[in-house]
Amino acid sequence: MSEAVLNGVEHQHDHHPTGIKRWLFTTNHKDIGTLYLCFSLLMFFIGGAMALVIRAELFSPGIQYVDPQFFNSMTTMHALIMVFGVVMPGTVGFANWMLPMMIGAPDMALPRMNNWSFWILPFAFTLLLMTLLLPGGGPAGGWTMYPPLMLQTEHALPFVIFAVHFMGVSSVMGAINIVATILNMRAPGMKLLDMPLFVWTWLVTAFLLIGSIPVLAGAVTMLLTDKFFGTSFFDAAGGGDPVLFQHVFWFFGHPEVYILILPAFGVVSQIIPTFARKPLFGYVSMVYATCSIALLSFIVWAHHMFTVGMPLAAELFFMYATMSIAVPTGVKIFNWIATMWRGEMTFETPMLFAVAFVILFTIGGFSGLMLGIAPVDFQYHDTYFVVAHFHYVLVSGAIFSMMAGAYYWLPKWTGYMYDEKLGKLHFWLSVVSVNLLFFPQHFLGLAGMPRRIPDYSTQFSEWNAISSVGGFVFGFSQLILVWVIIKSARGHGEKATAQVWEGANGLEWTLSSPPPYHSFEVPPKISRS
Amino acid sequence: MSDFVSNRQIKALILCAGLMPATALAEYGLNMTRGVTTISREIYDLHMLAFIMVSIIGLIVFGLMIWSIIHHRKSKGVKASQFRHNSNWETVWTIIPILILLSFAAPATRTLIELEDIEDTEMTIKVTGYQWRWHYQYLEEDFGFFSSLASDHNEARQKNSGIDVSKIENYLLEVDNPVVIPVETKIRFLLTSNDVIHAWWVPELGWKRDAIPGFINSNWTMVTEPGIYRGQCAELCGRDHGFMPVVLKAVPQEEYLQWAKDMKQQQAEAASGVDREWTMAELMERGESVYTTACVSCHQANGQGLPPVFPALTGSPIATGPISDHISIVIDGMQGTTMPAFGEQLNAVDIAAVITFERNALGNSVGDMVQPAEIQAAQ
Amino acid sequence: MNSNIKNTVTTLSSIAVIMFCFGYVLVPIYDVFCDITGLNGKTGVISKNEANSLSFDINRSVTVEFDTNVNSKLPWKFHADTRKISVIPGKLVEVSFEVESLAANQTFGKAVPSVTPPKGSIYFNKTECFCFSEQELGPGERKTMSVRFVVDPALPLEVKSLVLSYTFFAMEKNVSTRNIDLKINSNKI
Repeated sequence: MSEAVLNGVEHQHDHHPTGIKRWLFTTNHKDIGTLYLCFSLLMFFIGGAMALVIRAELFSPGIQYVDPQFFNSMTTMHALIMVFGVVMPGTVGFANWMLPMMIGAPDMALPRMNNWSFWILPFAFTLLLMTLLLPGGGPAGGWTMYPPLMLQTEHALPFVIFAVHFMGVSSVMGAINIVATILNMRAPGMKLLDMPLFVWTWLVTAFLLIGSIPVLAGAVTMLLTDKFFGTSFFDAAGGGDPVLFQHVFWFFGHPEVYILILPAFGVVSQIIPTFARKPLFGYVSMVYATCSIALLSFIVWAHHMFTVGMPLAAELFFMYATMSIAVPTGVKIFNWIATMWRGEMTFETPMLFAVAFVILFTIGGFSGLMLGIAPVDFQYHDTYFVVAHFHYVLVSGAIFSMMAGAYYWLPKWTGYMYDEKLGKLHFWLSVVSVNLLFFPQHFLGLAGMPRRIPDYSTQFSEWNAISSVGGFVFGFSQLILVWVIIKSARGHGEKATAQVWEGANGLEWTLSSPPPYHSFEVPPKISRS
Repeated sequence: MSDFVSNRQIKALILCAGLMPATALAEYGLNMTRGVTTISREIYDLHMLAFIMVSIIGLIVFGLMIWSIIHHRKSKGVKASQFRHNSNWETVWTIIPILILLSFAAPATRTLIELEDIEDTEMTIKVTGYQWRWHYQYLEEDFGFFSSLASDHNEARQKNSGIDVSKIENYLLEVDNPVVIPVETKIRFLLTSNDVIHAWWVPELGWKRDAIPGFINSNWTMVTEPGIYRGQCAELCGRDHGFMPVVLKAVPQEEYLQWAKDMKQQQAEAASGVDREWTMAELMERGESVYTTACVSCHQANGQGLPPVFPALTGSPIATGPISDHISIVIDGMQGTTMPAFGEQLNAVDIAAVITFERNALGNSVGDMVQPAEIQAAQ
Repeated sequence: MNSNIKNTVTTLSSIAVIMFCFGYVLVPIYDVFCDITGLNGKTGVISKNEANSLSFDINRSVTVEFDTNVNSKLPWKFHADTRKISVIPGKLVEVSFEVESLAANQTFGKAVPSVTPPKGSIYFNKTECFCFSEQELGPGERKTMSVRFVVDPALPLEVKSLVLSYTFFAMEKNVSTRNIDLKINSNKI
């Protein structure tokens, strides 16, 4: 009996297939997390390439490169891919990797379902991307899919709808798994209010997913039956109502916004205390703020449709409800600053991204507050001001927090430190170009440029040109991130310690870097400080 | 300078790099227009109030943050203090935002109520959105017309048109027939649509409103200064969403009355043109210009279309087959496709002309023609 | 599987299924909501008896304007006999509309009503209307259709005018319909 065999017996639970089979059949939370993150990164470049087509066409007035119909399908696909293919899978990837480690569990509660919820995604996005090859092209009715325009889509419609169904099933399964893990698999003695904030924000996000994604599935199913089975939910001629779709869509759509941003809040709430070497300020109020944002998100949907012509009372209600979201959001921002206050800060790449997140997300929040004021929204609505707003919130918000998270946890995942110099270069290029890209869009919107147009009046040329330059710099800067990840994953870099960061606190930092295949075989002891 | 990058773009890039004084920024349009109605000015004031408020909050919040970033670093030898919460401060930064929000809410509510007060209007214009032009109906005067992107703009905006768009004044914001309104008159707009959802927007009026098929929306305006005000469709409405501008001309009362009189007379004359016999050459000439405004964006200047969505007309079974099918498709459109029904959008002369043109140009030579009177009879 | 996990999964899956159904339930909820708030210019319907039993104030009058639209895919002409009338809230009024087909064969259309301003639309009650029911016209046929309505006296005092708008849409079953009468070949040159 050789030692190897003995070892094999001893480590049987560690045995897993290698090569393609490992990834296809894996039920391990770390492998699945890696799959989600790689998928998200791939989609980030596909969606980004579409954004560059848009920015290239908009670089100067006149139609230079693409047909307006193709332009519309680029804006539509860009949005669908970025929302459903990048931010959502990306944050689910973080959740998969980190949640079991943060709560002291060996793995996710439902490992097999975890595998399915990931492997649905490549099919969903193949289906979506394939529509570009169909006669008639891809969907071009905007990611909001408003009828009757969406019903004019040629052959792409059923493909898009089934793709959305698949994405929905995947995220709902993922969400169920996350809630089941958080509620049932915490280390003994860990109370809900002992959980790291990232776990909390994901718990709330998962509930939002379960509550809102099925509504979207319902809405797009109604579109499908309207087009092919003669129902008339949204067809005025048949007694339906096109505005109804907007209500149902935004009933999903507004919580969706928080599905994208709450995990980002969680990531930043982990990073800032680490690099300030100071506990998170106002933990309990952070938790309450997260929950109240989630609840409010279900009653503000109609602020996306102030211009459809609602009765005054409805307009007032949605205006007040929308404004009130600023309060818990403000609490979060103040708490982050209070966490930094009198800390012992260092500025490694994750912290730089987190600080940029706080500032730029706040700018997005400000324009959001302005958009919430109904009478002024009659001017802002459907202009580039809105485009600037949600890109500040989603790119320099959600995406920046994902960058921060990636740099923060990369040494833990790979066991090697990333290249700090390249990381800093990536950060500075990104932060400068993202502002060059999106800040001028505020001016464009205010000066009267509508969104979703392939060509514009010459008075808008200058800011569009600047925005396009910013867009290309931002797009290509992201290649640095890929290089950083590859370097670290291939073991080029300093060996990371278990704690990685001097100020890092929490169960995930007690495990080795990289952590063992099964996170906590023996539940850790929770010591209360 | 190459035509790829204009001079003004270069200037803007330099400017952005901070090499030019900030005063030059005004040229590029940075802020919302104050507009030309009392409502639009109130909206502008609200916008500025909100902007100034968030700027002040921003300065304070970012100021504190930057101060902290500069001073509370490890490299300065600071030892991290370990405070975790402070109920007083947490209360303060919950209460203060609430107070600030209340200060917005009051004037916003006031403006909204004013904006929704649609009573006592003196005249009504019904705006109907079409893919991709606007129709205006003056309900009291009982006349109406379509308003489409001006034909030279339409030509210039085609891909590879070879036309330098920077030389075109008000590029994409010019129409063939502007909507004319009298100043100092409370005007009600009723909005609806014939196909998909559009949104009618003139920034100087301070609002936009959706035009939804099967539903009627209303809003009002009272312009105080004569002038030409330009806007666009603001709701994605398909391929040519970017090419359906709104041009609003506000004129003194007398001038408006004269214009309305002329319009009515013109429409009567156009109707009379139907009765006479048109020659092939006349129809072909008129047909070409109708084709450039109404058909070219889908079926393309050479008639090749953009298959499979927009079929070619050259050699097509419709344009070379029985003329009655051709007429019927142009007038009624085609169910389930993007081909609109032009019966309402074009008058009988234009329809006769464009059908004749399509059958005898663009590589087709069927050799037949149709008279406006026959179209009129079919309608 | 641990029974706690099983319970959580069952509960959450049920929530997901319920929310999917909720999307559909939103359709009737929305209709009710529209009826209550007048969202989207939905008008009310009341019975004749109810309409007759309303009290009215003869000193008050409201202007009601009629607007007509025909979707361009339907070859019909449609207009109101009167463009504008003054009515006393609470009193039943009848107005008529004229519709004419320009088609060469049978055509089918359906009218959809909408009232603006939204503040006033719920107070606009019809006892009889041609809307939402399929209308059939033979070639060249004309039809007069009437609407009986009453403006609820509870209409807020500040609302002084209402617009009732109808849009006729083509039904899917319509085939090519234009009556094209050409002196065939006479135009051949």
